[in-house]
Amino acid sequence: MVLMRTPLKIARQLGSAKEGTDHFWKQRVTAVANVFLGLFLVWLIASLVGADYTTVKLKLSNPLIALALLGLIVSGTLHMRLGMQAIIEDYVHSEGLKITALMLNTFFAAFIALASIFSILKLSFGA
Amino acid sequence: MQATSGRSARPERPLSPHIQIYYPLINMVMSIVHRITGAALYIGSLLLAWWLIAAATGPDYYNYVVSWFATWPGKLILLGYTWALMHHMLGGIRHLIWDTGLGFDLKTIDILSWGSLAGSLVLTVLIWFCALNLGGI
Repeated sequence: MVLMRTPLKIARQLGSAKEGTDHFWKQRVTAVANVFLGLFLVWLIASLVGADYTTVKLKLSNPLIALALLGLIVSGTLHMRLGMQAIIEDYVHSEGLKITALMLNTFFAAFIALASIFSILKLSFGA
Repeated sequence: MQATSGRSARPERPLSPHIQIYYPLINMVMSIVHRITGAALYIGSLLLAWWLIAAATGPDYYNYVVSWFATWPGKLILLGYTWALMHHMLGGIRHLIWDTGLGFDLKTIDILSWGSLAGSLVLTVLIWFCALNLGGI
């Protein structure tokens, strides 16, 4: 068999999409992080059921809790963007619609991330 | 054979069988549910963002948002969100195990698949029991 790929191409292992296993690997790394951060979120919300506003504000502005929440938001929004990308690529076949959906997917994940991060930082640093 | 551009009529090639051909097996159903819960959590991320925005806005708006979560439809959505999160988490752990190449014999596949369903229900009940009865843990 004649190998048509150049040695550099083989060494880079990035394939025809030029991304290699990037999507797969990021999905796994964020998945592992989400197991711990998701359980943290469940504990956080369960512990704040029925709590008044002062308690909630105090808890969310705790540095350790704010850091874990920021971690969850970053890891979670990256993970959900990749997941929805896979769903769109599986089911949306019309090229224009697919590109639009993929773009809206990125916008949605970015909106969730930015709005949440801004809120967490405001609770931590705001007056 | 006549030469064609290949762009007009495509030959009727046989298609590989798709899901409607097979009896539903538990690993197949759990795989589909994994995708559905993932999509649900995607939409549900709006709830988390809304809650955080409310907390950052002030007591009046926070109480207003929480009053929505406290309605029956609100509680039902949060219950569903809890279950979706637990199911997607256990399903994800199952896939991480399979990523290592382990657990592919039929018996283990069934155990892992039924286990993620049973585990998600148990964890959901446990979380809601703790949240409602042991407030402030």
